[in-house]
Parts: sequence; structure tokens; C-alpha cells
Amino acid sequence: MKKKLVGLVSALALLATPSLAADKVKVGFIVTLSGPAGIIGKHMKDGFELGLEHVGGKIGGLETEVIFGDDQRKPDVAKQLVDKMIKRDRVQFVTGVIWSNLMMAIHGPVTRSDTFLISSNAGPSPIAGKRCSENFFSVSWQNDQTPEAMGKYLQDKGIDNVYLMAPNYQAGKDMLAGVRRYYKGKVAGQVFTKLGQQDYSAELSTLRAAGPDAVFVFLPGGMGINFVKQYAQAGLKDSIPLYTAFTADAVTLPAQKDAALGVLGTQTWSPDLANPVNKRFVADFRAKHGYIPSFYAAQAYDTVRFLDAAVAKVGNVSDRDALRAAMRAGDFPNTRGSIKFNNNHFPIQNFYMREVVKQDDGSFTTKIRGIVFPAYGDSYAKDCKMSW
Amino acid sequence: MDGLLLLEQTFNGLQFGVMLFLMAAGLTLVFGIMDMVNLAHGSLYMVGAYIATTFTQWTGSFVLGILLAVPATALVGIAVEVVVLRTLYDRDHLDQVLATFGLILFFNELVRTVWGPAALFSDIPAFLQGQVEIIPGVPYPAYRLAIIGVGLAVALALYLIVSRTRMGMLIRAGASNREMAGALGVNIKLLFTLVFGLGAAFAGLAGMMTGPITTVEPGMGDPILILAFVVIIIGGIGSVRGAFVAAILVGLVDTIGRAFLPQFFRLFVADSTADAVGPAVASMLIYILMAAVLFFRPQGLFPARTG
Repeated sequence: MKKKLVGLVSALALLATPSLAADKVKVGFIVTLSGPAGIIGKHMKDGFELGLEHVGGKIGGLETEVIFGDDQRKPDVAKQLVDKMIKRDRVQFVTGVIWSNLMMAIHGPVTRSDTFLISSNAGPSPIAGKRCSENFFSVSWQNDQTPEAMGKYLQDKGIDNVYLMAPNYQAGKDMLAGVRRYYKGKVAGQVFTKLGQQDYSAELSTLRAAGPDAVFVFLPGGMGINFVKQYAQAGLKDSIPLYTAFTADAVTLPAQKDAALGVLGTQTWSPDLANPVNKRFVADFRAKHGYIPSFYAAQAYDTVRFLDAAVAKVGNVSDRDALRAAMRAGDFPNTRGSIKFNNNHFPIQNFYMREVVKQDDGSFTTKIRGIVFPAYGDSYAKDCKMSW
Repeated sequence: MDGLLLLEQTFNGLQFGVMLFLMAAGLTLVFGIMDMVNLAHGSLYMVGAYIATTFTQWTGSFVLGILLAVPATALVGIAVEVVVLRTLYDRDHLDQVLATFGLILFFNELVRTVWGPAALFSDIPAFLQGQVEIIPGVPYPAYRLAIIGVGLAVALALYLIVSRTRMGMLIRAGASNREMAGALGVNIKLLFTLVFGLGAAFAGLAGMMTGPITTVEPGMGDPILILAFVVIIIGGIGSVRGAFVAAILVGLVDTIGRAFLPQFFRLFVADSTADAVGPAVASMLIYILMAAVLFFRPQGLFPARTG
């Protein structure tokens, strides 16, 4: 009898949980914190935590709990994490997500449940087009846009005979396709390298022999450190200009240093963007964490400000339709100055050309050299049936 | 032009090969003499790179950094042997694999705790920057030439140690028949420790020299470990000569394959198909080589074990 009673009471307690949780904001934050890519997760976590600090630890003025999860860069681990966050922790928002393949693994399960999925980085094309969802928002970009901006720049500048290189996986192929969507000049060579490759000596010899006028690479993380160093060591940096996407940023620059000096790359954000939110973000981030923030950190920070603005406007987290309408409005303070949302819930924003420069204190950072695409939306939005 | 490119790629392959040899030499000795599968060999490569980078920053001299880091890595290796591996010699290979896999995780976490998750900055010393024209019209990075030089010098030194010294004789005796060597009064325990330290020093040296051209980051030794195992299987377990020949072979096959296979496929199929198939086949090439060697010579090219 006693047992039965305990059972009944716990069942009642379980039933009661959702209504109790309704005025408490619960956010699940998933990034890669272990393994070689753990540094990216650290940047994002540091940016997210600074965002929380700037909103006083309360998203939208409500009591806030953040559950951090390490996806280990594995889709199955990411899926287990969101299952746990949705079913046991009963979060209202899942956010973070660095990798596109992990995003694809969790997009369905999260958006089908009563949970919002906010991407702080990954933007694979299927979820921007046909599979767009009213429960998904991106505060980063769609994958194709950054290389498209680079292709546009090369085309506008009349640069011809470009050599293209990317790792042999889906994002690598998408990046080169993105460049070629706008760049219509001659392709001196197109090479796909092994994912995670450390030594590019063979590729660099072949590249030199092909005699291109410019080189474009998409080699994120450690691959970018390896390539940019070896490109300079081979003496190619002074003779053939290097154009990049996601290859020289605050994550890799401390290890690339002079080898990356003068390297050009497209991006939606740079530490020197002169808007008040960004100035405060960069200054406070350096003071709190002791290093220059990357775009990963900026996007994670923007995610907090995005959630904060929407929840503050609605005043609770149970009215999901009101929350969605508030998020769609897009008027939240962010490090990029202005973000509007497209019909597929991806941002419409500026794409800049950035150059790697050395600062007076000896550190390396990027400076904006111009706008390539003002207020640019992605090319998959037209395939998305959603309208509002 | 194609001839020159082939020559340059041969140098690239040679440089990769001597690097692999430094890794494989220690691995093959440990595997051959102690019958010990040591998956943590890649961790010593990583530890070597981290220690050398730190010493270089402290002393301001790359050469001094390496000279200090080589014995330091050997000491780390000896400590690992004494504390962990010594208890594993009598266990079967599965236990050894499990324990040394644990060591990989331990070392990756250790460097993350000590040096942080971000990649370290490690640069080529000033006197090795720039390019050398190996023949007119083919500039080649001076640092990579230096790697080839150091690698060949170490190979020669190791050859002399193994074939001309008393310790080398014991190593060969141990590799060919462990029990008999022990029965003849050789202090196998001490020999094991010294050999392990030597292997650690070589792996560390490989890591130190690779640091300035790649990324000094947690887990950097894991990919190269697999290649080192391929090398010792092709060369014959326990054979230093086999490891040398196989390392150069693997270095050349991998580099030449990466450089020329995509173009080769373009002769037969559409460019987009060649772009997809070329890199895929190129990355399989050394495993195909290993399979072929295992099929025709299951003991490897230069088997050391006799009984």
C-alpha cells in the first residue's frame, strides 16, 4: 500500500513538472568539447557564457538553466544528448551545434518535439530548403553563403585561373560548388584532400606546377593551420595570393601567426566590426577569457541575445507561437549589427572580406576590407514552403 | 616539367618516409622484442612535440629545445614502461591493447590539462626558413630537406647500434628468440626498459620535427600511429631494416598516389568522377600495398623472428 502511494505521488510529481518548468528557461547547449576540435567548442561555450553574463544570468528576465553537452563530434552522441535534454531535462531550446552532419542527425528529432532548435553555427542546405521547419532558427549562416561571397569577390576583381582545394567530404564539395556558383573564370585545378590531413607537401608541389594566379582553400581547424604554414614555408605565399573560407580565424591564428598574414577570407563577422554590441562583446570577452574571440564565440553570444530578446518580449516560455513570432522579428542586439530572418528562418546579413593583420601587441586578428554581399539571403530559401 | 614534378614528389615521399621510419623503428623494436602491442606510441610522438615546443620557447633556440626534449621524451617513455607496461608483458595482446588505448586517452587529456585545448604555435627556426633549389627550377623547403637529413642520420645510427654494438646484439637476440636470450643470462628486464626509452626518443623526435610543419594539438599522434603499424607489418615485425624499407615505400606510394592518381583517373573517366574516385583510391593505396605484402609474404619483407 505504501509502495503504491509513493508511486502515485511520484507520478503526480512527474505530471506537475512541465507546468513548474514553464516559467523557467531551460536551454540545452551542444558543442564538441573533447578531441582536437574541442577548441571550437571552448570558444562557443565561452561566448555563450559571456552572453549569459550580459543578460544578468536570466534569459528574458526569467530564471535560466543551461545544460551543456559534449557531442564528441559524433552524430549518435549528439542524438542521445538531445533525447536526454528533451525528455528528461525538458528544455525549451536546443542550441549550439558546430557540425552540419550532427545538425542533420538532430534536426528531425528536435523540431518534431515541442522544442526550438537554434543553430549557432551549422547550416546544411537541406534544412534551409525543402526540409525547413518552423521550430528551427539559425543565428549563423547557410553553408554555401561564405564561399559564394568568395566566388563573387574573385569574379568582381577579375581574378582568373584559380586553383581550388577542400577536404574530400560533403562540406568540402559544397564549399567549392559555392565558389563556382559565382566565380566563372578558369579553374587551374581542383583537388580534394583527405579529411584531417596533416601534410600537404604533395598537393603543394602539384599546385606550384599548375601555375595558378590565385588559390582558394576551405580547410577548417587543424587542417588550416597545417596548410597555411606549409604554404608559407613552400614560398608560395609571396607569389600566389591565398583566398580562404573558414581557414584563418581566431581559433587557428594563434598557431598560424605570420604564415597567415595578409590572407583574405569571407565571413559574416570580424572582431573589428564597429557596432556597440560587438565592441562590448570583444572587450569583455578578451578581459574575461584572455584571448581574441572567434566568429564561433560571437555566434554563440548572439544566440543568447536572440533568446533573451524573444523571451523578454513574450514574458514566458510556454506560448510557443508568440515566441516564434518574437524570434521572427529579428530585432535583437547582436555582434553583427543587423540580422533579419528569411522565410526559412536563416539570417539575411552582410558578408565581408576580411584580411589577417598583426596588432601592436603582437597578436593576430582579422580586419574588414569591404562588404561583398550586403544583406544577403541564401539560395535555398526559395525551396522552403514556409511563409509568414 | 613532369619529370621535375616527379622528382619533387619523390623528395616529398622520402621526407614522409623517414618521418614514418622514426615512428616505426621504436614500435617494431617494442613489438618484436617484447611481443608487446603499444598503441600509446603515438602519444609519445605528441608528448615529444609538446615538450620540444615548450623547451624551444624557454630557451629561444630550436636546436637546444630538441636536444633537451629528446632525453626528456625518453624519460617519459621509461616511466611509462616501468609504471604500466612492465605489468603487461605476460598478458595477452587484447589486455595490452586495452591498457595502451587507455594510455592514449590519458595522454590526450594530460596535454589538454597542461597546455590547454588550443593548438600551440611552433615555427621553423630562422636558419632553416626559405627554400633550396635541389636542382635548378625546383625550389624545396630547407626545413624538409633537414628532416630528410636527420632521419637518414638517425637510421644510420640505429643501424650501427643494432649491428655493431653489444646492446644491438642483445636487441637482435631478443627479437629473434626472447626466452633463449633470457636463458643465456641477458638482463631482459633492463633491455626492455632501454629499448622502450630508445623507441620513445625516436617517436618524440618525429613529433618534434613535424611540429613546425603541422599542428601541435591534443591527439596529433593518433593518425600517424596507424601508418606506423602498417609500416611494421609490411617491413616484418621486429626488423629495423624492414621498418626502414617499408617506411620509405609507404611514404613514396602515399605521396605519389595522392599527387598523380586523380590525374591518372582523368584519362579514363569524367573529371567529376575522377575528383571523387582519385582521392578515395589514393588514401587506400598503402592499405592495398599492405594487403598485397601480407598475401605474398605474410611475415613481412624482412622477418626478424626465427622461433
